[in-house]
Amino acid sequence: MNKTRLLDGSLRIYTVLIFAFIFAPILFSVIFSFNSQRFPTIPLGEFSTEWYVKILNDPDIWEAALNSLIVSTCTAVLATFLGFCTAYSDYRYRFWLKGPYLALILLPPTIPLIIMALAMLAWLSKIGMSGQLYSVIIAHTVLTAPFAMAVIRLRLSHMDENLEAAAWNLGGSEWTTMRHVIVPFCKPAIISALCLTAAVSFDEFAVSWFVSGLNKTLPVAILEIVQGNIDPTVNAIGTFVFLISMTLIIVAQIFLVGRQIKGTE
Amino acid sequence: MSDDLVVFENVQKSFDDFVAVKEMNFTIGKGEFVAIMGPSGCGKTTTLRMLAGLETPTQGEIRLDGQVMNDVKPHERDTPMVWQSLALFPFLSARENVEFGLKMRGVDKAERKERALEWLEKLGILEFANRNVATLSGGQRQRVALARSLVMKPQILLLDEPLSALDAHLVIRMQAVLTQLQRELGITFVYVTHSQSEAFAMADRVVIMSNGEIDQVGTPKEIYRAPATRFVAEFVGRNNILTGTVAASSNGTSDITTPSGSFKVSADLTIGDDATFVVSADLVQVSPHKPDAENTVQCRLLSEEFVGSMVTMFLESSDGHEFKVQMQERALSEFDLKGGDEVWLDWSAAHSHIPGTP
Repeated sequence: MNKTRLLDGSLRIYTVLIFAFIFAPILFSVIFSFNSQRFPTIPLGEFSTEWYVKILNDPDIWEAALNSLIVSTCTAVLATFLGFCTAYSDYRYRFWLKGPYLALILLPPTIPLIIMALAMLAWLSKIGMSGQLYSVIIAHTVLTAPFAMAVIRLRLSHMDENLEAAAWNLGGSEWTTMRHVIVPFCKPAIISALCLTAAVSFDEFAVSWFVSGLNKTLPVAILEIVQGNIDPTVNAIGTFVFLISMTLIIVAQIFLVGRQIKGTE
Repeated sequence: MSDDLVVFENVQKSFDDFVAVKEMNFTIGKGEFVAIMGPSGCGKTTTLRMLAGLETPTQGEIRLDGQVMNDVKPHERDTPMVWQSLALFPFLSARENVEFGLKMRGVDKAERKERALEWLEKLGILEFANRNVATLSGGQRQRVALARSLVMKPQILLLDEPLSALDAHLVIRMQAVLTQLQRELGITFVYVTHSQSEAFAMADRVVIMSNGEIDQVGTPKEIYRAPATRFVAEFVGRNNILTGTVAASSNGTSDITTPSGSFKVSADLTIGDDATFVVSADLVQVSPHKPDAENTVQCRLLSEEFVGSMVTMFLESSDGHEFKVQMQERALSEFDLKGGDEVWLDWSAAHSHIPGTP
């Protein structure tokens, strides 16, 4: 009894420490974003929203934020659509070379980002499609589609294998069954995949930096600010980016875990 | 001819090298309750799935109401099915589940709702109409699945082991619901099951399958009293099966010598042939002393199994052959038997049956 309590306690402390280690830098970034001093030192200066006002008045940041928004939205939709198609083809069909087909789809996340980014740049410029906003969208879609597929595939694996046949049996053609049964069944996973892919795309730096050309996304803009000077606006932008990413991930988790359980009964 | 609703003509279904259904020929009449029974892997579910169009026969022809169905897609058929897993749509309410088929057929919203509610009421689950199906109990979900199929007003309903997930007492209730519905609607039910009690309790005719082939088609009584093959006799259970050589035969009675002894059967057999005969467990009597009867064998009592007031005794003869005797618990209690006791079994020659003969 005492032993388990001790183990319990130490595990709890361990978990808290891990989270502290991960979140402390972010927490400090948030704190310093409200600090009036230019340099991040302790003791802190006065509370100030000066840096937020500054970024709100910076057209470059606005443009980068808009670019990020466009890129992550388009990426989310495209990657989720592709992810759904591949997950469904995996669920429904058996075909020759299915193993390699699945491996190919799941490959992108295993490639180091910097190599992926260089390869994307080389390829896109070769076919004359680099340096555009859509270049970033293409690259991010390749990068995030496997996540969408994994999430939707997990959901499909919980589906009663007779559900689709039951819909055909009641007079639904393959397409109407897709619309009225498969998509509604996968809805929580689809929403989750949309949030997840949007969050990954919104945060992604390496690939964006290589292929975006003059169309900076938010992470690229941050890098340009911190290169060569110390500017607390980075903390303000960072806080903003962190909030958006966290929101997307939390929404994704709610749909993935919470709704997943319901409906498989 | 016009009374036949479903005709299987030389139907065969293979998956790669595996033949799931072999050369099937049989017909199902209009308004008939047919149960297809057999162990798992015998081809009973494949047969049902072919009727629903979910599998295409490799050979032969399936006709429904005179029309060849081989290439008709599942959604173009009117053969609703109740699934073993129920396959209810988990994201829809009970009512929406029932409406699903009508929606697919383009029935307008008001009529859909009316017909769905009518069926939910008929099956006694109207109060759950707007509940998510995941929150309903097994029995209620079962009724939703039935309503979902029957609301389509089909002329045939396919049922794939629909009661196998229910508790024993619910199974009995649902059996009553199903038989009553079938009588009332007058439509054909094709019921696939591995449970003898379900098949015998409900069906007009039972089809017994093994290894993709039909072993016997008949009324429950025919199958129970006159199994056509050794497999049927074993599968139906509660049968004593003995194999031996014909030693003598005259005037409709033959002697068969088996390792457990020599027994008389009422049949004309060829002397020297191998023969197998079956005696139902409920036609065998037990006595503590050797009785004066046509066929007797001494056995040791191994165990007993109680189902309600019926007892099945499992016994063993001196050569190790298993015998089964079924009797009323009240009648058995006179003997006061314990495991290991030696008793005598007897039966009359007229009660033995040779599989394959009428």
